[in-house]
Amino acid sequence: MVLKLSDYKTDVHNDWCPGCGDFGVVNAIQMALAEMNIPRHKAAIFSGIGCSGKTSHFINTYGIHTLHGRVLAFAQGAKIANPDMTIVAAGGDGDGLGIGVGHFVAAGRRNVDLTYIIFDNGVYGLTKGQASPTLRLGEKTKSLPTPNTNYNVNPIGLAVASGFTFVARGYSYDVRHLKDLIVAAISHKGLAFLDVLQPCPTYNDINTRDWYAGTEPIDDAATKTHARLYKLEDTGYDPVVHYSEESELNEKLSQALIKSLEWGDKIPLGIFYKNEIITEYGRRLADKIPNYLENSPATQKISSNGKPTTDISKLLDSLQV
Amino acid sequence: MVNVDISWQIGGPQGSGVETAANIFSHVCARAGYQVFGKREFYSNIKGEHSYFTVRVSDKKIRSNVNDVTIMAAFDAETLFRHADEIVSGGAIIYDSDMENIETKDVHTLDVYFKSRLHQYLDTKKKSYTVSGLLDSVKENGVNLYPVSFRGILEGLAEDTDNPKLKGMIRMFNVLGVSLSLGLLHMSSKQLFESIELIFGKKQKIAEINKQLANYAYNYATAKFPNFKCSLAEIAKQSDTILAQGHQGTALGKMVCGCRFQAYYPITPASDESVFLESHEILEINEDRPGSMVVIQTEDEISAIGMTIGSALTGTRSATSTSGPGFSLMAEALGWAGINEVPIVITLYQRSGPSTGLPTRHGQEDLMFAVNAGHGEFPKIVYASGDIEESFYDTGKCFNFSDVFQVPVIHMMDKFLASSVVTCKRLDPTKIKIERGKLLDKIDTNDYKRFAPSEDGISPRSKLGLENGIFWNTGDERDEYGHITEDPVVRLQMMDKRLSRFSQILKDIPKDDQVVSNGTAEYTIVSWGSTKGPILDALEMLKKENINVGFIQIKLLHPFPTELVKSFLKNVKAIIDIEANATGQLGLLLKQNLGREIDHYILKYTGRAMTCTEIYDSIKKILANKEQKKVILTHGA
Repeated sequence: MVLKLSDYKTDVHNDWCPGCGDFGVVNAIQMALAEMNIPRHKAAIFSGIGCSGKTSHFINTYGIHTLHGRVLAFAQGAKIANPDMTIVAAGGDGDGLGIGVGHFVAAGRRNVDLTYIIFDNGVYGLTKGQASPTLRLGEKTKSLPTPNTNYNVNPIGLAVASGFTFVARGYSYDVRHLKDLIVAAISHKGLAFLDVLQPCPTYNDINTRDWYAGTEPIDDAATKTHARLYKLEDTGYDPVVHYSEESELNEKLSQALIKSLEWGDKIPLGIFYKNEIITEYGRRLADKIPNYLENSPATQKISSNGKPTTDISKLLDSLQV
Repeated sequence: MVNVDISWQIGGPQGSGVETAANIFSHVCARAGYQVFGKREFYSNIKGEHSYFTVRVSDKKIRSNVNDVTIMAAFDAETLFRHADEIVSGGAIIYDSDMENIETKDVHTLDVYFKSRLHQYLDTKKKSYTVSGLLDSVKENGVNLYPVSFRGILEGLAEDTDNPKLKGMIRMFNVLGVSLSLGLLHMSSKQLFESIELIFGKKQKIAEINKQLANYAYNYATAKFPNFKCSLAEIAKQSDTILAQGHQGTALGKMVCGCRFQAYYPITPASDESVFLESHEILEINEDRPGSMVVIQTEDEISAIGMTIGSALTGTRSATSTSGPGFSLMAEALGWAGINEVPIVITLYQRSGPSTGLPTRHGQEDLMFAVNAGHGEFPKIVYASGDIEESFYDTGKCFNFSDVFQVPVIHMMDKFLASSVVTCKRLDPTKIKIERGKLLDKIDTNDYKRFAPSEDGISPRSKLGLENGIFWNTGDERDEYGHITEDPVVRLQMMDKRLSRFSQILKDIPKDDQVVSNGTAEYTIVSWGSTKGPILDALEMLKKENINVGFIQIKLLHPFPTELVKSFLKNVKAIIDIEANATGQLGLLLKQNLGREIDHYILKYTGRAMTCTEIYDSIKKILANKEQKKVILTHGA
């Protein structure tokens, strides 16, 4: 059965602020699922806490709205137990890079085959605009009493350093491009990270839609304007690790890290890094549990007429005196 | 035949093979037909600090340790300094004579507190602060000393086998100690060799050298040691006996009952269970291809419970295993499992708190915490096992409870259980039933509602991946589909739906699984968890003196089986609450639920498990003096 975009929408009332960048992300996820024709019951959207946490309720697949910072833990558990599911985890930058950053780093080490989307807007919107981990040092968004005293996290750089095997950045007002990135992320065999620049029209009065579009002059002296965002794929950038050679790997990691530092006048979008040579977690499990993928925890039969089918007699024999 | 009931103890620095020696001893005794109860005590340390193992051996059923030690094997001075006074008159100490001149100040792991107490003792005895000074004093108590030059034995063996390398193999002092002990007790050397083979397993070369040493030492002891008052001849062995380690009950239970996912973060004393499970991750399945349990070591306990919940949402039986500090981190997600009615099992191996507390020592201090864990009000079950054998069957029950009632279950275990080695009846997997409650395999409707109202408050449960079974979960209050709502009417319905689980649980869990009565009397003990063993042993000791004391073991601690407990305590004149904590937490639950005061407390919070001797003594004290409100137990180094 071919599914339509509307099949992936719920009729749950959306209470995000008018003009919120989150809408673009939800639309892009729904478009990606439709384009890939993923059966609704084979997909699950896991989300964290905050405005972006409500994402799972707007998508008509399994939707698990978890705890603040813990979305990756829940999502990985589900994927490992049932590797047939397509899992997308979503959360804010405060959720994933503040309270949940330990899970972010650990998830990179595992490389479980799922997609993690961070709605990156520099503020804690739902608690009225406190500074979040991606807000730059010294910046003062409108509800901060004083300028931000913390250095910012570099989400792309952190993902690359943590072992994510697909690292990309999208923009919530370029929905088509974002959809393409989500399709690529879901198709990727391994843990995919998508940093989505998502202006918060209510609390972030610095990184606004206009700021990204460059409609405001970049410097006071000149009056010229230009769009800050550009696409890596338009520059001939090759993010893919093609061979299992250390020199190539190091080169691709380094170029991704260098690109991740670009900000301000020129902000890259697109795929920074992609490596399918590193085995995803399910394969690592299958290396030691040969039938793991076809006889996963979720599909194993554990009883017959209420009687356990597991045979531990050899273990008991070894304890016998 | 004379009844056998002896205690053997071995001690040495951590990392020197104390546990291996104790395992050999326990195996040999068990194979000779005896019942064994062993317990390990150790510091939070990798190498060097003092650890010791006490093994009680009897021809009758035993479930705990006693205060007195009959025989001790010591291959370091610290063991003597710390334990020599525990040996009974007529008992024996086998020790390395090369250390007789060691002074207390030479043993850097003897802490100042213990050293000052020891010095006071030696001062009163007018003895020097040396091994020989202390041994002089215990000799005066009637303890038999068996000095053996451990290096001398190695040298003798090296000469005999023409293998000079053996001279320096002090790593084998542990096997030397246990072999001398078994020689003293005239136990079968064949069993000794077999046990060494079994325990060293695949390390054949090491097993071979150890067997040579065991043979030499065993012969040395039988030849050189004068007749010791007790010898352990082989007796008729029950054919269905196993020697089980503390964590194996819950681990084997998880395998059998179909737990297929466990996430954990390393913590003492819980992680042995997870490591055991991972070592046996591929499972044999009757008439089917192999199954498996995926065991994931996570970055912290928050992730462990998060992954466990994620896995449970796919319909997989899922668990996590932890101790107090880890469980503290899990409290928020526990509430999430509660509001979303997700069945998970948390195996909680308690230890001494608060905070890091005594991280390798025993305690039953987390009862009230488990009962109250998580903010807000939601249903959960707190269930406690009394011994290793019980923990196997209880694990099966806990998974059934969680599936049937769609609630998180906290299965209370503790360090005492975790570090015990016991003989018990071979575990019987056919006694475990698997009940998955309202878990669905197929959904035909197009309008599935995960939290649809139902008569018993429990809704049919879908799982991730099931066609037509799409649902939403959220930590927010939600409607029947699982979508967020703040509507006060729906809120009321959903709270009532969830909380009606409490009465359902009390109604549906068989009474015998809620509370186990060992008979009640004028004086009746109430307790929970691992105190069961020492209590039952103490009651047997009292019975021999025609003192009849009752005992009810409460297994279901939350929701509290108020009416059932009330009915048991109806005619009881005085309640004695026995717990390994300082505040009498079960007593608090009893007061709260029954409105009844506890008459006497027997409590222990030194971090060391109770012995049956202590409980016996305390009950006698209470019976002799009704004013004795509280007895605080202190035995154990």
